[in-house]
Amino acid sequence: MITLEPPATRAQRLRWALSDTFVIAGRSYSQLRTQPGQIAAELVAPVIMTILFGYVFGSAISLPGGGDYRNYLMPGIFMQVMALSAVAAATSVAEDMARGIIDRFRAQPIARAAVLAGRSVADMSKDWLSLATMSVCGLLIAGWRPHSTPLETLAGFALLALFGYAMIWLGTYIGLFVKNGAQADAATFGWLFPMTFLANAFVPLEGLPGWLRAIADWNPMSAVVSAARELFGNPGSAAASWPLQHPVTASLCWSLLIIAVFAPLAVRRYRTAASR
Amino acid sequence: MIHAEGVRKRFGTTEALRGVDLDVPRGSVCGLLGPNGAGKTTMVRVLTTLLRPDGGSARVAGCDVVRDAERLRYRIGLAGQHAALDELLTGRRNLELFGRLYHLPRRTARRRAEELLERFGLTQAANRPVRTYSGGMRRRLDLAASLIVSPPVLFMDEPTTGLDPRSRLALWDVLRRLVAEGTTLLLTTQYLDEADHLADRIAVMDAGRVVAAGSPSALKAKVGGDRVSVAFRDAADLAPGVEAVRGVLPGEPEIDAAERRLVVPVSDGAASLVRVAAALDAAGVGVEDLGLRRPTLDEVFLALTDAPAKEKEAA
Repeated sequence: MITLEPPATRAQRLRWALSDTFVIAGRSYSQLRTQPGQIAAELVAPVIMTILFGYVFGSAISLPGGGDYRNYLMPGIFMQVMALSAVAAATSVAEDMARGIIDRFRAQPIARAAVLAGRSVADMSKDWLSLATMSVCGLLIAGWRPHSTPLETLAGFALLALFGYAMIWLGTYIGLFVKNGAQADAATFGWLFPMTFLANAFVPLEGLPGWLRAIADWNPMSAVVSAARELFGNPGSAAASWPLQHPVTASLCWSLLIIAVFAPLAVRRYRTAASR
Repeated sequence: MIHAEGVRKRFGTTEALRGVDLDVPRGSVCGLLGPNGAGKTTMVRVLTTLLRPDGGSARVAGCDVVRDAERLRYRIGLAGQHAALDELLTGRRNLELFGRLYHLPRRTARRRAEELLERFGLTQAANRPVRTYSGGMRRRLDLAASLIVSPPVLFMDEPTTGLDPRSRLALWDVLRRLVAEGTTLLLTTQYLDEADHLADRIAVMDAGRVVAAGSPSALKAKVGGDRVSVAFRDAADLAPGVEAVRGVLPGEPEIDAAERRLVVPVSDGAASLVRVAAALDAAGVGVEDLGLRRPTLDEVFLALTDAPAKEKEAA
C-alpha cells in the first residue's frame, strides 16, 4: 500500500524527517562505495600532511617552552583537516545544485532540511574516517602520543569532529551560492587554507606582530587546536587571550555558533535557490 | 486537474509570467508550446511547487500549489529537461532512493523499482551506474523515477529534447500508454509535431503569456482554414486559370507569377477542391499540381508568437 498523504502527527513528521536524512546520507555512502579511489584520495592528503609537517617542520622547529614539536603539531593537523571539510561539502553541494537531481528532491515530499542534513551526516562520517586514519598515522609514523585519559582523548576527537561538522555547514552554505564545483573550491579553500596558518596550528603565536596576533588569538581554529592539545595532554603555548585560556569552552561555543548560524541559513537558501 | 489563474512570476526586472491562465481536464494531455524564454519552464516549476508564484493562483490535483504544496508533492511526477538522476548510482539504486524519499517502506520501494525497471525495459541495465546510460535510457529512467507513486498528474519539461528519432517515438508511445491509463499530462515542447501528435489541447506561450489555446485543429483553423493551391503547367495557363477559379470560389486568390501558383483560402474544404478541379478542366487549363492544404502548426506558431512573426514580415 502506498501512502499518499503528508504526515498526520508531529511525531510522524519527525520520524520521516530523520528517515529522509538517513536515506540521503545513504545515497552519499553508496556514491563513495562506487568510487573507492575517491576515499583513498581524500585520506591521502591528511596522511601526507602528517608526515610532511612532522618530518620537515618537526626537524627544524623547537618549541619555546620545550616539549616535542610533533606532539604539538598533530592537533594542529587534525584541526586543519577538519577545517577543510568545508571544501568537500561546498563542492558536492554545488555540483548537486548544478544538476537536475535537486529539482527532483524538491518536487518530492522530503523534509525541508533533510537533503542538506543527510549530506552533512555523510560528510561527518568521512571526517571521522580521516581522524581515525590520521591518528593511526600519527601514532605509528609521526611519533604522536596523547598523554591524557582515554576519555579525555576521546573528548578531544569529539571536539575536533564537532568543529568539522560546523565547517561542513559553512561549506554547504557557500556551496549554495556558486555555480559549480571548481567555483566552490575557490570560494572555500582559497581563504580557509591560509586561515589555518593564521592560527596556532603549526607555530606558537608569540612571535607574531600585535595585530596579526590578535586575529590569530580570536581565530576559532586556534581555540580548537588549543582545546585538542589540552584534552590530548599535548604541549601547548602561552595563552594571552580569553579564547585560548578557556579553549574547550571557546571552541565549543565557536562550533555551536557556526552551526546555529549557517545550518538555518543554508536550509533557507536551499529552499529558495532555483537550481537553474 | 490543473487549473491556473493569472499566475505571475518575476525574476529581478524580467517578468517571466504575466498572468497565465491554464485549464487541463483530467486524463487529457496539454502541450505548452512556445519559443525559448516564453515562460514554459517557469510555469511548470510553479505548478510543481519548485517556484512560488508572485501572483495569481493555481491548483493541481485538488491542491493549491502554495498552501498545499506538501500534499501536492505526493500527487505529481516531474521529468525535467535534464535527467534528474544520480549519475554515480545504478539505475535500480536511483529508483530505490527516490522511492524511499516518498516514505515507502524499504521493501515496497525495492519492489516498485523492480516493476518500473521491467516496464521501461531497463532490467538489463539495472545494476549499471547511470553515467554509462545512453540518452534514451536516461530519459526512460528519469520518467520511471517520476512515476514511483503512480501520480495522477505528470509534468514533462521538453521530454524529448536531444533524443534521437527512435527514442523519441518510443517515449511518445510510453506517454500515450500512461495517458490511456488515466494520467493527466502537461508537457512543454518546442517541437510542433510533438504537440500535434500527443496533445489534446495546446496552449501557445509567448513572452510570459498564453497567446492562444485550443485543440491542434482549432488552432490551425484560427490561423486560417484550408487553402486550395494550384500550380499551372505554363505561364500562359495562369491568367485563364485565375479566371476559372474566381468563377467558382468567393475568396480572393493569392497569385505567385514566378512559381505559376495560386492559393485561395476556402471554408468548405474538399467541396471547393472539387469545384476548382471541374472549373479548371472545363477551361482546359494545364495543371501541374492541385491540392487542399491545411496550415501546419509551424504556420500557427509563427503567426501567434511575436518575434518570429516579425522576421516573417521582414522576409
